[in-house]
This record gives sequence, structure tokens and C-alpha cells, in this order.
Amino acid sequence: MHSTFDQKALTRQLAAAERRNKVKAFLLVLPLLLFVLASFIVPIASLVWQGGYSDTFANALPETSKLLGAWDARSPVSEDLVKSFVTELKASKLKDPAIPTRVATVVNREQSGSVSKFKQVMSASDLASPYKEKLSALSSEWDKPDIWRAMKIVAPSFTPRFYFQAVDLRLTAEGDIKPETDENAIHLLLFGRTLMVAALVTLFCALLGFPIAYLLAHAETKTSNMLLIIVLLPFWTSLLVRTTAWIALLQQNGVVNDFLVAIGLIDNDHRLVMMYNMFATLVAMTHVLLPFMILPMFSVMKTIKANLVRAALSLGATPWTAFWQVYFPQTIPGLGAGCLLVFILAVGYYITPALVGGQSGQLISNIIAFHMQKTLNWSLASAIATLLLIGVLLLYWLYNRLVGIDKMKLA
Amino acid sequence: MTVSTSSGYVVFDKVEKTYDGRVLVVKSLDLTVARGEFLTMLGPSGSGKTTTLMMLAGFETATGGDIYLDGSKINHIPPHKRGLGMVFQNYALFPHMTIAENVAFPLRVRNINKADAEAKVRKALDMVQMSDLGGRKPAQLSGGQQQRIALARALVFEPKLLLMDEPLGALDKQLREHMQYEIKRLHETLGITVVYVTHDQSEALTMSDRIAVFNDGRIQQLATPDELYEKPQNSFVAQFIGENNQLRGIVKDISGGRARVEIGNSDVIEALAIQAESGKPTIVSVRPERVEIEPMSSDIAATGRIEEVIYLGDHIRIRMNVFGNSEFIVKVRNGSGRRGFAVGEEVKIGWSLQDCRALDV
Amino acid sequence: MKKWNGKLMLLGAVGTLAMSVAAAEAAQLTVISWGGAYTKSQTEAYQKPWMAKTGNTIVSADYNGGLAEVKAQVESKNVTWDVVDVETSEAISGCNDGLFEKIDASKLPKGDNGASPMDDFVPGAITDCAISTIAYANVFGYDSTKFAGDKPTKVADFFDLKKFPGKRGLKKEAKVNLEMALMADGVAAADVYKVLATKEGVDRAFKKLETIKGSIVWWEAGAQPPQLLASGEVTMTTAYNGRLFTPAVTENKPFVIVWDGQQQVFDTWAIPKGSKNKDLALDFIAFSTSTKPLADQARYIPYGPARKSSAPLVGKFQDDKTDMAPHMPTNPANMGNAIVQDVKFWADHYDELNERFVSWIGK
Repeated sequence: MHSTFDQKALTRQLAAAERRNKVKAFLLVLPLLLFVLASFIVPIASLVWQGGYSDTFANALPETSKLLGAWDARSPVSEDLVKSFVTELKASKLKDPAIPTRVATVVNREQSGSVSKFKQVMSASDLASPYKEKLSALSSEWDKPDIWRAMKIVAPSFTPRFYFQAVDLRLTAEGDIKPETDENAIHLLLFGRTLMVAALVTLFCALLGFPIAYLLAHAETKTSNMLLIIVLLPFWTSLLVRTTAWIALLQQNGVVNDFLVAIGLIDNDHRLVMMYNMFATLVAMTHVLLPFMILPMFSVMKTIKANLVRAALSLGATPWTAFWQVYFPQTIPGLGAGCLLVFILAVGYYITPALVGGQSGQLISNIIAFHMQKTLNWSLASAIATLLLIGVLLLYWLYNRLVGIDKMKLA
Repeated sequence: MTVSTSSGYVVFDKVEKTYDGRVLVVKSLDLTVARGEFLTMLGPSGSGKTTTLMMLAGFETATGGDIYLDGSKINHIPPHKRGLGMVFQNYALFPHMTIAENVAFPLRVRNINKADAEAKVRKALDMVQMSDLGGRKPAQLSGGQQQRIALARALVFEPKLLLMDEPLGALDKQLREHMQYEIKRLHETLGITVVYVTHDQSEALTMSDRIAVFNDGRIQQLATPDELYEKPQNSFVAQFIGENNQLRGIVKDISGGRARVEIGNSDVIEALAIQAESGKPTIVSVRPERVEIEPMSSDIAATGRIEEVIYLGDHIRIRMNVFGNSEFIVKVRNGSGRRGFAVGEEVKIGWSLQDCRALDV
Repeated sequence: MKKWNGKLMLLGAVGTLAMSVAAAEAAQLTVISWGGAYTKSQTEAYQKPWMAKTGNTIVSADYNGGLAEVKAQVESKNVTWDVVDVETSEAISGCNDGLFEKIDASKLPKGDNGASPMDDFVPGAITDCAISTIAYANVFGYDSTKFAGDKPTKVADFFDLKKFPGKRGLKKEAKVNLEMALMADGVAAADVYKVLATKEGVDRAFKKLETIKGSIVWWEAGAQPPQLLASGEVTMTTAYNGRLFTPAVTENKPFVIVWDGQQQVFDTWAIPKGSKNKDLALDFIAFSTSTKPLADQARYIPYGPARKSSAPLVGKFQDDKTDMAPHMPTNPANMGNAIVQDVKFWADHYDELNERFVSWIGK
């Protein structure tokens, strides 16, 4: 009895003694925590949020939104709905003159031509009861269900339609899901192409990086320092410069072609096409990402004891067996880290492939940039980006299952 | 064990090695190891002993001379075809394989069928008393256990020659001594030839049939442990093996294998002329435990003034000034009837001529 | 390109932020345009005279068009751009989205001939939020050394890979390309947008583009087409007419412009909503869109002034030798088969057609 009491007191003392240190440690990491929260967690959360939330329509036309929700998308629209639509649209202009066009832009994404139809409504001054007839007098389009169906699709604030769109599916007004038309379906193809390019770049980085990392890890300090600088050199030049350098090298009148023509290997009229195709994408991306493969492998190889291979040889293993069964398994944490790093970076790359890849350089990230910059459809961009993020997290999970994330070693 | 140097199992014939093309780290090395012998290469670091072992294993190429194994030249045979077992410093177990997989590795690369291999692995693990740990990974074992596994792995394919490169260097003293006996026992039961590298002289003395003392790329002396201790051929060996008092002097003359050496200003003592030339400086070597205090009679007599007395349990260690050399050590066996010693006291000491060797400088 | 622009912008933003502290004394305006010879022409004709006249300074930066940056600035309420050069279609959609300040065009100065601004500007040049400076043309050009015999003269020749082999440069955007494809397929200039408004018309345009798809090199920045021509990467490319004119005249590059099927677009000045220097920006716009600066700009680049009163003042190129008139998109000789880009059409169909365009080039 007595000893348990003592033990409790002791535990309390320990906790008290450690509390100060804990608080100190927490205060030290607090700035980083806040930074990570503000610059990483919050943006990603808002990204995922925006992919499934778009309130432009519901905010501007709340009543209409409700009525659209109740409408079955097939029967003729009710006078109430039309009235609510016209009055709320007109009223929204008083709040902010930009709102009606913003709403129109959103509807236009589902039904082309809606922008000008909305403009008709905005400029018509004599809209009164019966609204349905007045609208139909403006344009026969208002009689057709199409524009109303489009509005029904965009009316809810919380919507999975951007996520569906990101995988080439369309949400209909009835709430069904149908595949995107052939000429507009592109996302799955690009997801696939992006993964393939990333996988190939990872493979090439691994094939090229392994011997370099080996050399770095096992050469004399002086040589390896020198080599390390050469490996890191590309980091010191801007991405754009590196990419442009590849254009200068690979284009029709580029250095490589000029050289091949000069030594007579190819004919001047049959210069190799090495630019604006998959080849250029793979070459340039492999070059840009190679250091991310080499550094983790290098750091792991440095810790592998040289006498392990010697031991294997002395036990009768051929150099080939000794390498594959003894040396190579030791490099897997570094190789895995490098592959994960390169693959994830490659999935998000779009500047380099867009500049050198031509048609084939069109990757999923280009689509994200396109919707961010050109169509301003940030919700769709967010939805695609979220899917990409989920893909990368899946990969991370897989890596953790196969290699173990605790075994990952970065430079 | 009888050692026949004529039937050399391993032969080094004028072997040389240089890494940079300027300095020889192994100089014209001749060495013969008999079948079944336990030969230790002993020396300070940089003396060339490890390089010599690595040339035998095939990891280094001799830049001059030839190496023979069982009568055939092996200079250009790659390491994996030499069929030697080897135990490395820090064990070199494969961290990604279990203990059993580690031990089975040499059998696997030799394509030995699974059943045979399993039996051999079990036998090898039994031999080092580690049969229970086959499923563990090396990192889960202690240093001593890892060492046994490394030994089992090097022996499981029954090599005719076992090379060991400072295998016990990372163990603590007690474990090291224990392992020394175990290695010795294995050597005796298996009858295998062992070439062993160490810088620890007591390890060398305990285990070896013969010891090659290396210094400066050369073998300084190749002899059995007792001969090495009793009859060092030069002052390096005398100094490196065991403790040693060194008295510097000039050889006055030599006759009948005896040198008269003048120590300090006027004192002249006799010593066996091992490496001494008349008129040249020499070092007279006497082991501390061979010096007697107040002897009844002795070949060489001297007087020492006690500077320091250290009690070590089984013996007493006395530092005294003899012939002006204040680093002269005398070891006295501890016994119930022994006399006491006081610092500053002058005592008569003496030793026999057989224990007193005039060596090179 | 994007990243680099971003950095420049950041630099500009930091710069303007730092400057705005000192803005109380020396007013400073941030003017964003498209770079290259075009920005240079604006600097010479507008910025320099305005700075000399008012004593204020102007910071220039480049961008690649689009409303993304403006949208980001306006929505974050941190507007660092004061005046932006945008195409009319974007000026209108930006105005609708509330990204730009309204500009009362009636308060602009009268023309040098006394005409009121509403009469002086050519039709379509004035919109709610933006005032046009020039009309440029989307044309295509070729390297004359690449074709020994017949030279391309018609828009259909651009799609004729047999007669005129080699790669083709096209802007990575639906606009311009679809109209061009239809005209090359025989649609009359006047009917282009009518046809393009139908599903069949769009299919027809894409089908025509498909015939050269394998030979297309895409460009995004206006400076790229002359580079692609010069490096031999393409034998023909679409371009803004001024971009081909400048190297041809000043560097004697063998670039030849084909005016057949040209598509005219207005470039306008607009003020991002919430600009901290709105009044100054208005003053700059009023000055730069007056008769003389507009005419002066033609001295540096062959783009047609948006004011009628400027036309008679257009003279020679800055080398004082080349007559500018034949190089103007608005020159009657160049207007044989020409369209003016339909802003309303693109406001309705931009999303739909671009989506399809993007998925088309991805395949």
C-alpha cells in the first residue's frame, strides 16, 4: 500500500519535472506548426473543399435554387420558378453588378450559350407576370428545358459533379451519372498518361542514378565531392533555363542534330525529330529530376559496409550474385525513397512537358493549370488536383506497406 | 601439433604489394603455412598483416611474387573461386537475411540441394551453440552471438582454409577470451588450416601454433608462441610481445656468443649476442618477471633504487632505477612470506644470462 | 513560361509594394502587357511621353494573358496591377465578373480632328471596362527559304502538308484556330461564327485541324512563333502580325506574312478593380488612347490604331524607310478575306469549345 502511494507521488514529480521541458519544446516547434498549418494543411483542405463546393448560384439565387431542387427536371417549369429566377437575378445585380454574369458563366459550363440568354434577361426591362410567357417571348430557348436543367445541375452548393467531371463522368439534371461525350472525355486518358510518364521517368532516373550514386558513395572523398557538385549543379539553375537548354540541344537545328549531320551520321534532310514528342519529355524530365533520385540513394549506399560484398564473395558468390543478393537489397530504402520522390514530383510536373513535349506533353497538371488560368473553373481544377493528391497518398501507402516508411532515407 | 614447413599448404613467395606505386606496404614476403596449422599474423596497424591476408583472400592483387594454395598458383583466381572461409572484422553478416539464411548463403550459391543444406546449417549452428536463433535477424543478436554466426557461416561449406581478420576486435575482454578458446577448440576438432590476423599479442599467444610478427611490411620473426616470447630475434619483437626492460648500451666485444655491453658510463654486463656487433650500440632486453630480487646467485647482478611500488594482487610491480634507467620494471610474485618494499630503498637484483639478450637498436 | 512569369510578377509585386509606401510623393503606376516588341512600342509611344508630361513613373511587367492573375489579385483584395493590356473578349468577361473598374469613355479626350471619342473610336473598340488601343491580327507566316517553288498565299495552304511540307506552329487555344480551320475549309469569312455556333460546324473545324495534328508545334507566348520559324522547327506558324514584322524588317529574316484569313482582335487597357492608383491609371489610359500616341505607336509596331483620327498620322517605321501602311491589318489590301474576332460568340462558347479543344490536343 505504502509503496503504491510513493509510486504515484513519484509519477507526479516526474510529470511536473517534464512539463517545463514539454512546454519549451512545444513553443520551439510552434512557429513551424503554424507555418505548416497555414501554408500546407489549410490550402489542401480548401482544395478538397472547393472541389465539392460551389455556391455562386445558390448564393445569388437562393429561392430559385430551392425550387430547382424540388423540380423533377422533366415536367415543364413552373411559373413560380421562373418568377423567382427573374426577380432574384435582377435583385442580385443591385448587390453587385458582376453577380448575374458570374451566375451565367457557371450555367454556361453546363449549357453553352447561357451567357447571352442571361444577358437578354438582364437587359429586358418589362419583365413582369406572367414571367414564363415574357421569357419565352425573349427567346425560344427559355421554353426548352435545357437551360433549366443546366441550372438544376449547378444549383446545389455541395455537389459531386466536379469530382465526376474529373473522371470523365457527367451528372445529369435527374441526378444520373453518364459518361462524358467522346470528344470531351480526356481526364482519364491524361491521368493514365501522367502516371505512365511519371513511371517511365522514375525508371530512367533509377537506371541512370544508381551507378552514379554508387560511384559517389564508393569513390574517394575528393572525387565524390566533385561528382556531387556536378550532380547538384542543375539545382542551381532555374528550371526554365534547364528546359530551354534541352530545346536548344534537341531541336531540328539544334546542337545534337548539327553534330550528327556534321559527322555524317545523318543526312541534312533527315534530321532526327527529338523535340515536341514523348522522347523530349522523358529526356528533359529525367534530367531535371535525376538529383532527387541520386541523393537518397547516395546517402543509403554510403552506409552500406564494404565488407558485406567481400564476405559474399569469400563465401563463393559470383560478383553478380553478391551484387543482387547482398548489395542491392541494402540499397532498397534509398532506391524506394528516390523513386517515391521522383514519381510524386513527376506527377505534378507540367511546365517542362508542356514546353518540350508537344502533343504528348499534355499531362493532367496542364489541365489543372488550364482550368485555373483560362476557364477560371477553380472547382474543377480542385477536384482534379484532389484526385491526384489521393493517387499520390495511395502510392505512399503502398510504399509504406512494401518497404516501410520508417526505412526511407533521404539525403 | 607437428608443423612441416616443407609441405606448405599456403605459400607466399617473394610477395610484394604497393598501392601507390611508390611505397611497398608488403616487402618481399616469404611465408609458408602448413596444412592444419593455426598461424597468426600479428603486428601493429599498418604493418602489412591485413594486406597480406587480403591478398590471400583475393581482394587485393599482389604486385610482385606468387601465392600458392595447395600447390597451385592463385594470383589470378577471383575470390569467389578460391573456396576459402573468411571471418571479417565486425562480422559482416547480411542484415536483410535471417541467421539461418546467412549461414545457408554459401550453400545456396553452390547450388547444394535443400535437404543437405538444411542439415549442414543445423550442424554449423549446433557447432557454435546457436541452433535456437536461426529465425532471427543479425541486428537482434549480441556481438558475441553475431561472431559465432559469422564463424558458422564461414565453416558451413567446409573450406580447407579459414581466414580471420581481427574477428574479436569488437568484443569486450571477457567475451573475447571466451571466444578465443572456442575458436581454438573448433580448429582442433575440425583440423582446418587457419590464418588469423590480430594486433592483440595475448590473443596471438593463446591461440596460435605459430605467429608471424609483422612490422614495416616485413615478417620480423616467425616462431611458436613460446619461442617468440623466450627468444625474440630483435628488439621490435621483444618489445611487441610481452613486457620488456630495455637497457641501451655499446657492445665492447663478443666472444662465444656472449657480448659484453657497457651500460651508462662504466657498468658492463654480459648478454647473449643475438643481434649485436662489436663497437655498435645495442639494446639489452630482460623480461621483468625474470629479474630476481636479492638472488642467492645470478649471472648478472645489479643494484636498483625503488621508485614506485604497485600492488596488483597476484604480483607486485616495482619500478626502479637500474644503471641510470628509471623505467626498469621488476615483477615479484605475491606470496604470504614476501618481504615489504619501500620507495627509495636500494635492493640487489640479478638475472640469468639466458634471459638477457643483446638485440638491434 | 508560367513559373518565370510568376517570379517576375512576384518581383513586380514586391517592387510595387515597396514603392507604394513612397507613393505619396512620387506616384507610380504598374502597367502589365505582353512583352517583346509590343511592350516596347507602348513604352515608346505611351509610357515615356506620359512620364515626361506628368513626372510620374511607370513600372512595366509582362504576362501571358488570361484573367487568372487579375482574379487572384482582386479576390485577395491585394491589387498590385494598375493597368493591364487585355484582349477585348477578356476585357468583357472580366468586366462581367467584376474584375475591372468601369471606365466612362465619354470623358476621354476628343480626337485631334475634333471628333467626339464615341465617334472617333472604331466600332467595338470601346467596352464598359476597357478602351482599345490597337487592333492586331492573327495571321500566319512562313519562312520563304523553305519553299522553293510556289509560296503559300491562302489560308488553305497552311493545311496543305503535301504542297508545303513541314511543321506548323499554332497557339494552344481554341480561339483563332477553329475560325482558321473553317476558313481554310472554304467557309466564307462572314459565315464563320454562324457555322461555328453549330455542332456540325465545330466538328468540321476539328476535322480540319485533325488533318495537320501530327505536324503541329504548340506555342503559348507571342514571342515563340518567330523563334520557331528562325530555328527551323516549323516552316509555317500562326502569329500576331507584329511579331513577324519586326524580325523581318529589322533583322532581315525571310519571314513572309499571309494576310488571307486574318483575324483582327482589339487590345485594350483595363484597370483591375481595387487598384490603388485608379485616378492615375485613368489619366494614363486617357493620354495613351488619344490620337497622337496611338499614331506614334505604329512607328514601332504594325498594329492599327483604334481611333479613326490616328490613321492619317501613321507614317514610317522607326527606321524612317519602311512605309507602315502596307503592314497594317487595317490596310484595305490586307482585308480581302478577314474577320474580326466575335467577342460575344466567345463569351458564350469559350468554356465548351476550349474544353473540347484541350481534350482534342490531349489525345
